[in-house]
Amino acid sequence: MSRLALSILLLFTLVGCAGRETAPAATSSATAGFPVRVDVPGGQPLTLDRRPDHIVSLSPSSTETLFAIGAGAQVVAVDDQSDYPPAAPHTALSGLTPNVEAIAAYKPDLVVASADTSGLVAGLGKLGIKTLVLPSAQTLDDAYAQMTTLGKATGQTPAADKLVAGLKSDLAALVAATPRPATPLTYYHELSQDYYSANSRTFVGQVYGLFGLVNVADTAPSSSGYPQLSAEALVKADPKLIFLADTQCCRQDAAAVAARPGWSAISAVKTGNVVGLDDDVASRWGPRLLDFAKAVAAAVTKAAPGGH
Amino acid sequence: MATDRNRLTPVRLGVSVLVLAVVLIAAICVGAADLGWSRVAAELWAQLSGTTSPLDQREADILWQLRVPRVVLAGLVGAALASAGAAYQGVFRNPLADPYLLGAAAGAGLGATVAVVFAPDARTWIIGPIPLAAFFGALLGVGLTWLLGRSASGTGTAILLLAGVAVAAFLTAVQTFVQQLDTNSIKQVYTWMLGGLNTSGWQDVLITLPYLVPAGIVLCLCTRLLDVLALGDDEAGSLGVRPGRVRLVVLGAASLATAAAVSVSGLIGFVGIVVPHVVRLLAGASYRVVLPLSLIGGGIFLVIADEIARTVIAPAELPLGVITAFTGAPFFVLVLRRNRGKLR
Repeated sequence: MSRLALSILLLFTLVGCAGRETAPAATSSATAGFPVRVDVPGGQPLTLDRRPDHIVSLSPSSTETLFAIGAGAQVVAVDDQSDYPPAAPHTALSGLTPNVEAIAAYKPDLVVASADTSGLVAGLGKLGIKTLVLPSAQTLDDAYAQMTTLGKATGQTPAADKLVAGLKSDLAALVAATPRPATPLTYYHELSQDYYSANSRTFVGQVYGLFGLVNVADTAPSSSGYPQLSAEALVKADPKLIFLADTQCCRQDAAAVAARPGWSAISAVKTGNVVGLDDDVASRWGPRLLDFAKAVAAAVTKAAPGGH
Repeated sequence: MATDRNRLTPVRLGVSVLVLAVVLIAAICVGAADLGWSRVAAELWAQLSGTTSPLDQREADILWQLRVPRVVLAGLVGAALASAGAAYQGVFRNPLADPYLLGAAAGAGLGATVAVVFAPDARTWIIGPIPLAAFFGALLGVGLTWLLGRSASGTGTAILLLAGVAVAAFLTAVQTFVQQLDTNSIKQVYTWMLGGLNTSGWQDVLITLPYLVPAGIVLCLCTRLLDVLALGDDEAGSLGVRPGRVRLVVLGAASLATAAAVSVSGLIGFVGIVVPHVVRLLAGASYRVVLPLSLIGGGIFLVIADEIARTVIAPAELPLGVITAFTGAPFFVLVLRRNRGKLR
C-alpha cells in the first residue's frame, strides 16, 4: 500500500518537474480596441485582452451572427447543431453535453455558448479559456443586444451595428408593407406534433406580435412561455393561421395537419393557411429572424381578406 | 364472508362497472373545450333518440373525433396496464412487480427511438412508425428476458427478474446510443416517453383492441391458476398445475397488453403497480377478484387521471404520468393507512 502511495507521489513529482513549451507571448499586433470589456446581458462582464481569432461556437444562433458580422474567419469550430451557414467549420462538438477536453483541443481563445451546461465555464476557465454565455433571447431587443455583444467581443463592432440597424429597418419596412385586417388574425405556432406551442411572451411570439396577430396559446397558463395545448381547445380556438415549426424535426406539413382527427374543421386548414416554416429559422435569434418575419408576412398577406 | 373474499360477487362487479360508467360519462361531458355538460348530454341523447342536437358541426367533431376516443383509449390503456401489473405480481409473487419489469419499457423506448432516427419519413402506414416500433420493441424486450432467464435456470422467477434488469439496462444503453447518433431526435423521443393521450384518435383505439381484448380474456381465464401458483411451485405441481407453462401464458398475455398500451400512450407509470394493490386492500387478495377488478379499476383510474391532465390547466395540458403519480400516491397512502394489518 505504502509502495503504491510512494509511486503515485513519485509520478506527481515527475509530472511537476516536466518542462513545458510556454504559450507564445502576446504579440504586439493585437488589433486596436483591445483589451475590451464586454458586458454580457444577464451575466458577468468579460475582459478580452486580444482580438479572439480561434473562436469555438457552441450556439447555432451565435454561429449565424458571427458569420453575418464578418467574424467567420475567426471561428475555428462550431457545434453539431450549428448547421448554418454552410461555410461554418462544422464539428461533432456538442453544445448540449459539452466536453471541455474536446473543446480545448481546438485551442480556442474564446468559446461562445448558449448555456453554462455541466460546468462548461468553470472547466474552460481552469484552462484559461474565456467563455461568452449568450442565453436564449427572450425579446427582439435581447437578440439585437447579443449581436452587438458578439461584435464587440470579436472586434467587429461596425459590422454588428450595421447588421442590427439593417434588421431593425428591414423589419419595420416589412411590417409596414403587410396588411393588417380590422379583425386581428388568430394563429397557432406549433413546436412539436403533440401541440407544444409558444405564447406571445416568447421571442417567436413577439415576432408575430409585430404583425398584430393574436396567439391562441396566450390563454394557456405557462411559466415557461411554451405550453402544451389540448387538441380540443385548439380546434375550439379555430386559428386562422397555423405555423409549423416542426417540419424538419417531426416531418409535419399541411397534409399531415389536415389528417389529424377533428382538425379539418379548423379555419386555417379549410382555407389553406397552414404554413410550414424552417424549424431552425423559426427558433434561432440570429440574423435569419428576418427570413422568419418574411414567412410570417407572406402568410398574413395571403390570409388577410382580399389577399392571395 | 371468508369465501366472499375469494369470489367476484355480482355486487362487487356491479358496483365497479357502475363507477366506471359514471366516470366515463363525466369524462365525456367535461373537457378543455367548454361545450357545456348539459349540451353534451343533450348531444348524447340526440344520438340515441335521433332528435336535433344543440352542438354545431365543429363542437360535434371536438366531441366525437377528439374527446370520446381519448376517454375510451384512457380506459383501455389503464385497464391493460393495471391487469398486466396484477398478472406480473401474481407470476412473480412479488408485490413490487409492474408491467415494465421485464424490459417492456426499455424495449419500447428503443423501438420508438429507432423509428425516429432511422425511419422518420415513414408515415404512409396505417399508424405512425413510432407506435408500431414501440410495440415490437416492447415484445422484443420481454422476449429477450424470457430467453435469457430460461437459458439460465429453466422456469425459476428470481433469475427471470434479474434477466429483466439486465435486458432493460442493455436496451436502455442501446437506446441512448442510437439517440446520441442523432441529437435532433431527442425532442421526439422524450415527447413519446413522457406519455400522454393528447394526439389520440379512433385509429389508436382500433389498433390496440385486437391485442387488448384477447389478452384481457386470457388473463381473466387464468385467475384460478394464479391463485394456485401463489401457494408455491411445489404445491402447484402437486395440484396438477405446471408452473412454467402458466407463467409463459400469463406473461405472454400481460406483455402483449403492456406493449399495445405503451405503443399508443408512451410510458405511464404507477397504474400497473398501485391499482392492483388498492383492489387487494378493498376487495381481497384472490386473483379471481384482483384481476377483473384491476381491469375495471385501471380503466377508472386512468380516465380520471387523463380528465385532470386535460382540464386542470386548460387549454394547456399536463403530462399524464405526472397526474397518475401525483393523485395515485396519496390515494395509495390513504388506503394503506385505513387497512393497516391487512397487508403483511
